[in-house]
Amino acid sequence: MTTTILDPTDERVPVTRSITPRPQRLGGVVALLDISKPRGNVLLDRLAELLAERAPEVTIKRYAKPTFTKPAPDDLRRRIVEEADFVVEALAD
Amino acid sequence: MPDAAPAFTLRDGHGEEHTFTGREPTVVCFVKKDCPTCETVLPLLGSWQRAFGAALPFLVVGQSGADNALLEQKMGGGAVLDDADLTVSFRWDVEIVPTLVVTDAQGARRRTLVGFVREEWQAFAADLASELQVPEPECHWAALPAWQPGCGSASADPLVAERLRAAAANSPLRARRIEIGAQDDEHEFLFDQGLTDGLPVVPPTPERVLRMLSGTDRDPQEVIAVVPPNMAEVTVEKVAINAVMAGCRPEYLPVVLAALEAVCTDTFNAHGVMATTMGASPVLVVNGPIRHRIGMNMKLGALGQGNRANATIGRALRLVLRNVGGARPGGTERSTLGNPMKFTMCFAEWEERSPWTPLHVERGFAPDDSVVTAFAMTSGPVQLVDQQSRSAAQLAGTFGLCLESAFAPKLHYTTDALLVVCPEHVDTLHRDGWGKAELRARIQQVTRRPLRELVQDETSGSGVPKEAAERMTAEQLGRELPKFRREEDIHIVVAGAEAGKFSGAFHGWATGEIGSQPVSVKIREAR
Repeated sequence: MTTTILDPTDERVPVTRSITPRPQRLGGVVALLDISKPRGNVLLDRLAELLAERAPEVTIKRYAKPTFTKPAPDDLRRRIVEEADFVVEALAD
Repeated sequence: MPDAAPAFTLRDGHGEEHTFTGREPTVVCFVKKDCPTCETVLPLLGSWQRAFGAALPFLVVGQSGADNALLEQKMGGGAVLDDADLTVSFRWDVEIVPTLVVTDAQGARRRTLVGFVREEWQAFAADLASELQVPEPECHWAALPAWQPGCGSASADPLVAERLRAAAANSPLRARRIEIGAQDDEHEFLFDQGLTDGLPVVPPTPERVLRMLSGTDRDPQEVIAVVPPNMAEVTVEKVAINAVMAGCRPEYLPVVLAALEAVCTDTFNAHGVMATTMGASPVLVVNGPIRHRIGMNMKLGALGQGNRANATIGRALRLVLRNVGGARPGGTERSTLGNPMKFTMCFAEWEERSPWTPLHVERGFAPDDSVVTAFAMTSGPVQLVDQQSRSAAQLAGTFGLCLESAFAPKLHYTTDALLVVCPEHVDTLHRDGWGKAELRARIQQVTRRPLRELVQDETSGSGVPKEAAERMTAEQLGRELPKFRREEDIHIVVAGAEAGKFSGAFHGWATGEIGSQPVSVKIREAR
């Protein structure tokens, strides 16, 4: 369930989500999320290879959405948040 | 109930859509789970849906979401339309279930049955059967109670009704709606968006804002002020949103609205007050009958924490200045140190404990007017400690000496002050027959210094510039200046616990036309 709130400001500025600060160094757990569109896995396989080669401090975990037609299930999103520091999502074919 | 019944489309438990068009004669009946009267009529509705459903739409609308399946079972099969979010029930203004409505080809309600009156339901079945020329299904009417009252519609549940009213097309709310994702923590989101003062706020949901608006009879879209520094117009609704966030109850809203009108004036100069590096902040004093009605603290700990009205009214004002006006630290708010009054500072005067004219009456209002007065203050409350003086002259002398430190001791004629006299001190002053006038005069008397004593020297460089003093005659240097330019710059109220000889003082900011002057506004309470 989403919560709706009313904007307490003068509404001059659009509501934006702040981005997590960029890290100085590439390390930690990177989630590669396949949305289950054809050949998304090909792109992510290649990316995994390159990361392993160029960023040896990175641990890669693979995830997949059950179907690209629907938003990622809550459980999957929760798992990624708990287990990974970064996420790369292969959006489309 | 409104005349023309609103059109709707709902799905039944099997996913099939059913539409009420309002363009053909239709029967619609609203039911919910756990209603004994609905249980009485469900078998009837089932048999009627089967008997009449071919001749006209016979729609049974369930208010129980997934549990509508139970209703369907009790009907002995058939279709129960799912109004789980209750918008159709709300738009149809259903107050009781069961409610059965017969509409004509124009969507007008021809017949409405509420609850269960056997004769009415029996007559309805007979009439419908003869009108449609369909045999009336058998029913053992005698086994049914003669009369059974219905239950409250789920859409009339106070909490649900507020949500539905807030979402309805004629809702008085116009502010932009922001969705917080299911996996977002709403408090973290509000911090993340920079909408709080550093403490958690109550999420301003439409339901809460509607409830807040019940505290005033002013139009939610009325523009009540233009808020500096962004010079943004603020509506009653926007104030209500921030009042929800601050934790106000609806009955505090009129005070917040009046306070905002007070500070958003050229006289108060909220822009300067919020922007100054010196660190000024609005300080609100409430007078009149509303103090008691909303339970404000004017006694023990009046300037401290622990009272909801005191704490949240001041905070709501501050949140409007921040969120609507854009006064944010590091932006246009540039106070060197800031001060805790920037979270909130609001209290009431204990008029009943004071032998003197209360603040609002001094400022031209009637004793039974409720009034909020806004002061721009930089420091405070500082304690004026005097447990030993037994005469009014001594005690007022202490006040004067303490107040001389406002800004810096040698800086005279520059600021004003709000003196909060505690009951024991009031008694000492009153015993000698002293009023506010004598108190003010004494403060001016004991702080009177010849100009030569206010000149910069090795002890303190904060005073009359040396170069200016060098150009003065002995006579000019001998001229005596009290701390305050005018006696009226000493504002006096009474508050505090019965016990303790500790008064308080707020030191002002630049006073007069170049800075900020106190502003009082009468509070318009809802009728």
